[in-house]
Amino acid sequence: MPDQAYTPAEMMIVVAARKLAGVRTVFVGVGMPNIACNLARRTVAPNLELIYESGVYGAQPARLPLSIGDPTLVSGATSVVSMADLFGLYLQRGLVQVALLGGAQIDRYGNLNTTVIGDYAHPRTRLPGSGGACEIAINAQQLFMIMRLKRRAFVEKLDFVTSPGHLGDANRRAAFGLPGAGPSLVITDKAVLDFANSEREMQVAELYPQVTLAEVQAETGWPLRAAANLVATSAPTAAELECIRHELDPMGLYRN
Amino acid sequence: MYWRAVKGIGWPRQKTGESVLSMKLLSMHDAVARFVPDGCSLAIEGFTAFICFAAGHEIIRQRRRDLTLIRMTPDLIYDQMIAAGVARKLVFSYLGNPGVGSLHAIRRAVEKSIPQPLELEEYSHYGMVGRYIAGANRMPFFPLRSYVGTDLPDVNPAIRFIEDPYGTGPIAVVPPLNPDVAIIHAQRADADGNTQLWGLTGMQKEVAFAAGKVIVVVEEIVPEEVIRGDPNRTLIPGLIVDAVVHEPLGAHPSYVQGYYDRDNEAYLEWDRISQDLAATEDWLQEWVYAVPDRTAYIEKLDPGVMVRLSPGEALATPVNYGRYA
Repeated sequence: MPDQAYTPAEMMIVVAARKLAGVRTVFVGVGMPNIACNLARRTVAPNLELIYESGVYGAQPARLPLSIGDPTLVSGATSVVSMADLFGLYLQRGLVQVALLGGAQIDRYGNLNTTVIGDYAHPRTRLPGSGGACEIAINAQQLFMIMRLKRRAFVEKLDFVTSPGHLGDANRRAAFGLPGAGPSLVITDKAVLDFANSEREMQVAELYPQVTLAEVQAETGWPLRAAANLVATSAPTAAELECIRHELDPMGLYRN
Repeated sequence: MYWRAVKGIGWPRQKTGESVLSMKLLSMHDAVARFVPDGCSLAIEGFTAFICFAAGHEIIRQRRRDLTLIRMTPDLIYDQMIAAGVARKLVFSYLGNPGVGSLHAIRRAVEKSIPQPLELEEYSHYGMVGRYIAGANRMPFFPLRSYVGTDLPDVNPAIRFIEDPYGTGPIAVVPPLNPDVAIIHAQRADADGNTQLWGLTGMQKEVAFAAGKVIVVVEEIVPEEVIRGDPNRTLIPGLIVDAVVHEPLGAHPSYVQGYYDRDNEAYLEWDRISQDLAATEDWLQEWVYAVPDRTAYIEKLDPGVMVRLSPGEALATPVNYGRYA
């Protein structure tokens, strides 16, 4: 098949969708994660149930949702519940297999900051805060982070820990009694990183076409490890791109 | 079309068919004047949906001051209220313009104390939901699996850890939240405030039971028989409702499931306006201070807006409750 031009966002969407193969329940955000989950449902995970923190289980949006409270998520859903039930009976009960999260800053253990840049009391930039991310990071069975690889985002030290990843070493989550296994993947626009080592430290697992390890390192604020068996990610297929461009994001709101 | 129907019959506030007059039926002006005093703590709730902009704008018009504003997602409505200077404190869990970006007026208050400083008290979503549950149930705290390993307890001393008395180890707890006043927008209620809501029920039931006073604002006032015909849909009983305001389209630019869609263009427009202080003040002048009430606001909107936001029909199959007479 000839190479096809695609955007970094499309690559992220495609990779995230492929990683959801066989998954039954996913906790979704808006934008790229939402498109990735809907692509997965049409390809590798036909039984995928989309769960939104607004209180929707089994959403089948007829249009691209513009927020996690979009009314298109309600119409046609399997169930709409209160947020007390969503966070209690679905998330804390352990029914969420994978949650997709992003943030302004991430560190080598997959801890996330979505609260402030700078000092908390006198922030340079006030970010949105936790939303549901803190308890999602604690209770979902595993986490996929979706973030563009940028040096200002992949930092040595977070300005604020909003949501726990692997905290600081391999055993910390278990020692703290966190039910979920924490971050397993970080899906970026250049590479996929995982935590498949005994320290649970982020490492390069897959490189996208035409991307070098040096380029990934250049956008990361600490010396990056690479997996022993580095995988070359295959480019999006024509079918994947067709689905994104014509069905899921025809207006090009998130794929460009 | 819903919007045409509303316009066609000339905004029949408090037209309730044959139903009796209720002491609770108030205009938005009177409900705010009576139940939202300076210095009170106020929750206008609804997650993306059912956000009562009509109430927020009336509170701005009546120039309330020193409010503690409570909302999981402050959204545009609190951005506008904080820009107008009504608040001294904000209790929240997600400070963003949903699907768009930042809330610039709140950031101005936090980062630059414009128009005045704003105290923040922040939780996560489940923490806020838990606070409402504890408040509604009149319990001393709510336990939840959250906050472990994060910096949130360091900046909010109300988030604490206690030892499980049954021996499973430490567990996070949050205190009850009992707002002085809650304002809930819904599809319909009867004149006594028995309120039915479908779509994202969010945290509205919990915050209503937690609050000292409850104002419900509805698209339609319906006879009591309509409520009794579908009792599973009644989220809030009139028993805890102090005022019922009939305010069709009162949630625009937020949405009401089955009645109108969210006006995403307005959310994008606010993102542009709110980045500039003078433009923000001009907007408040034009769309809030210079507008006497919600009727005038809707009439000021381009008629094409509500046509664009009409959601069409997707009717549920009726269910049989049985007569059992």
